[in-house]
Amino acid sequence: MFSPEIEKKIDATIAKYPHKRSALLPLIHIAQNEQGYITEEAIAYIGEKLDLVPVEVYEVATFYSMYFLEPIGKYNLQVCRTISCMLCGAYDILEHLQGKLGIKNGQVTSDGRFRLTEVECLGSCSTAPAMQINFDYHENLTPEKVDQILAKLP
Amino acid sequence: MAELKILTARFDTPNPTDIDTYLKDGGYQALGKALKMTQDDIINEVKKSALRGRGGAGFSAGVKWSFVPRQLNKPKYLVCNADESEPGTCKDRPLMELDPHQLIEGMAIGSYALGANLSFIYIRGEYWYIIDILEKAIEQARNRGYLGKNILGSGFDHDIIVHPGAGAYICGEETALLNSLEGKRGHPRIKPPFPAVVGLYGCPTVVNNVETLAAVPHIINKGGDWYRSLGTEKSGGSKMFSLSGHVNKPGNYEVPMGYPLMDMINVEGGGMRGGKKLKAVIVGGSSVPIINAEAAAKCNMDYESCQSVGTMLGSGGVIVMDETVDIFETTFNLIRFYNHESCGWCTPCREGTDWLLKIFKKIKAGMGEPSDIDLILKLCVNIEGRSHCPLGEAAVWPITSAIKHFPEDFKKHLRKSLPVLTMAK
Ligand SMILES: Cc1cc2nc3c(=O)[nH]c(=O)nc-3n(C[C@H](O)[C@H](O)[C@H](O)COP(=O)(O)O)c2cc1C
Ligand code: SF4
Ligand code: FES
Repeated sequence: MFSPEIEKKIDATIAKYPHKRSALLPLIHIAQNEQGYITEEAIAYIGEKLDLVPVEVYEVATFYSMYFLEPIGKYNLQVCRTISCMLCGAYDILEHLQGKLGIKNGQVTSDGRFRLTEVECLGSCSTAPAMQINFDYHENLTPEKVDQILAKLP
Repeated sequence: MAELKILTARFDTPNPTDIDTYLKDGGYQALGKALKMTQDDIINEVKKSALRGRGGAGFSAGVKWSFVPRQLNKPKYLVCNADESEPGTCKDRPLMELDPHQLIEGMAIGSYALGANLSFIYIRGEYWYIIDILEKAIEQARNRGYLGKNILGSGFDHDIIVHPGAGAYICGEETALLNSLEGKRGHPRIKPPFPAVVGLYGCPTVVNNVETLAAVPHIINKGGDWYRSLGTEKSGGSKMFSLSGHVNKPGNYEVPMGYPLMDMINVEGGGMRGGKKLKAVIVGGSSVPIINAEAAAKCNMDYESCQSVGTMLGSGGVIVMDETVDIFETTFNLIRFYNHESCGWCTPCREGTDWLLKIFKKIKAGMGEPSDIDLILKLCVNIEGRSHCPLGEAAVWPITSAIKHFPEDFKKHLRKSLPVLTMAK
């Protein structure tokens, strides 16, 4: 179900570990990064690769906050809402994004471009407030800076 | 400036992540030296250094290493805890991003001391870009013979796997981490048995924080006595602190253990932002009790001093709050965090944090009554010491300490201003 290149990456990942089930989290990451979210086919496929029944993959996929079981839009705006960011204006950033995009936490814009996701501490507390757009960090945010960042996205 | 750059010494040098600059700066000499020592000698040197775990609990690294039954006929594993998700803490990130070889060398020495041929770096998935940095450094180390088979002709084999987490604070707890690393949901395990005896895949396993392992090459190079002498008698060495919140210069600072908290705020941190007054500090990441300005003035950054003012050194995430902060609001923020991150395994924490959040929401909506504070404290009593893992306590301490030290901030949200402290400890 994946390109030969990705299939190779998956097999190499499994081969790294002394017990193949350990490859489960990395494999779900790979599938999500390829397909945008975790599809039912991906769950079945990963299960087959690791000798797990689909529900064993599913129960893990639903435990972790970085995994999404439905489409999440092109840019997932993950804004930290935890204490250090809060002290430095995270709630203003969230309010600004909600107003600008017309969506709330967990929602996707109708054009599928943005999802707004409130997340907990991103490890950017000394450069707060912070957000991650997909995997990229953006720190020391202000509402103006957020506008500039969004305007520059392709 | 009392900054003491041991672990951070190479951060500002050109190309610090490259193996050639690392070697030029004396890198991998400690590994060479360690491979000529006995395993017990290494462990004793680390014990002597008074290096205590930098992940939060502050347990002696050398003592933990000595718990591993090396004679047992099973593989041993070393796992580096790079899950770093304690709110207020962002120090492991630069340690991996700016000096990956220091960590790799520390892990190689630790693995040799434990008899582990394979070790893991469990890194939070959000730090995706750091995985690339680590893997590149590991590849370089492999190519130069510091990882792989027969390292430096010693007969010792060792390799490192970088393993991404996927967003779960609880996976920083070492046994939840091991379950996650085994491809399972991140629920903590019952202790004992401790991971040093029954850990990853049922084998003896040491879990250490990034900063703990990064200190090891320095201890081997210069000796445990030297390292210990940098800090206090019981808290050896230097420690990194992540300074965040209302200071002029937030950032990661490495200082000697025992460094005064107010100096960190006023010297490293450049003082309070906007010249405002200090109201409160959380000194060790969000899980430790909050202290007021008076206690902060007496607090030094070592395990004993933090304890003497009613808090803990924890992970070293120093969160500074000025006089404009409403401690009810910051506490609300934290109970929401712990409720979100509760893994759901045990009832006191799963249901308790749900109820706590509900009551905080009610108070925030202006519907709080004085008896709600009693109810909050009663719930806290029923979570603390009754939950399956320390996340339960971590959820409770910020609340009980906030109500104790800042009762007015809670009172002002309540409908009738009756005394609120009837059950505070
Ligand atoms: C809820 C919870 C979260 C934790 N998160 C982390 C973490 O993110 N990083 C870490 O190193 N230790 C964390 N710990 C502590 C680990 O369980 C463990 O004590 C530590 O990794 C041991 O390493 P050390 O002795 O070098 O500190 C956490 C503990 C608990 C209870
Ligand atoms: S205390 Fe909370 S996080 Fe820990 S096992 Fe119980 S439910 Fe899970
Ligand atoms: S609190 Fe926002 S990054 Fe840590």
